[in-house]
Amino acid sequence: MGLKLEEINSLIKKAMPDAEVTIEDLAGDENHYSATIKSKAFVGKSKIEQHKMVYKALNGKMGNELHALALNTIEG
Amino acid sequence: MNENVKKKIEDIVEKNEICLFMKGTPEVPQCGFSLAIVNVLKHLKVNFKGINVLEDGEIREGIKEYSDWPTIPQLYYKKKFLGGCDIVKEMFEKGELQKILYIK
Repeated sequence: MGLKLEEINSLIKKAMPDAEVTIEDLAGDENHYSATIKSKAFVGKSKIEQHKMVYKALNGKMGNELHALALNTIEG
Repeated sequence: MNENVKKKIEDIVEKNEICLFMKGTPEVPQCGFSLAIVNVLKHLKVNFKGINVLEDGEIREGIKEYSDWPTIPQLYYKKKFLGGCDIVKEMFEKGELQKILYIK
């Protein structure tokens, strides 16, 4: 279980190349993160859609390898 | 998703205006994210149905597919998926949740 911070970062960047991503490992256990993501891709989308885009970028790892990722998405 | 599971979930969201699929119960949440939404709903003094997914593995997996949302908790209002913990907290902080749930 667990996912490296760099891996989360690169998966998001791969799906949204313009994204400015800040990730914090909340517990130091590679399983509880908080991420702030700013991207033009979010413009005009609802929060649910924005978060789904991030989950999709993580290729199904969310809720599996990755237990917790608090998300803050910003329209860039 | 298995039709029976889908039916079970549809039944729950139809019968309960506000329902929260969560880990643990509203009295004893077993996950910090579920606790956070319970606290918001209790603060707003709204009645809601808590569904403990830890007691039903079919619902636990089914609900993720139902709204194409990979995590629990999930909050529903009038059959509509409102969001998970981050979105619900943000809506509460902006006063949007109060408007949706008709609280002045």
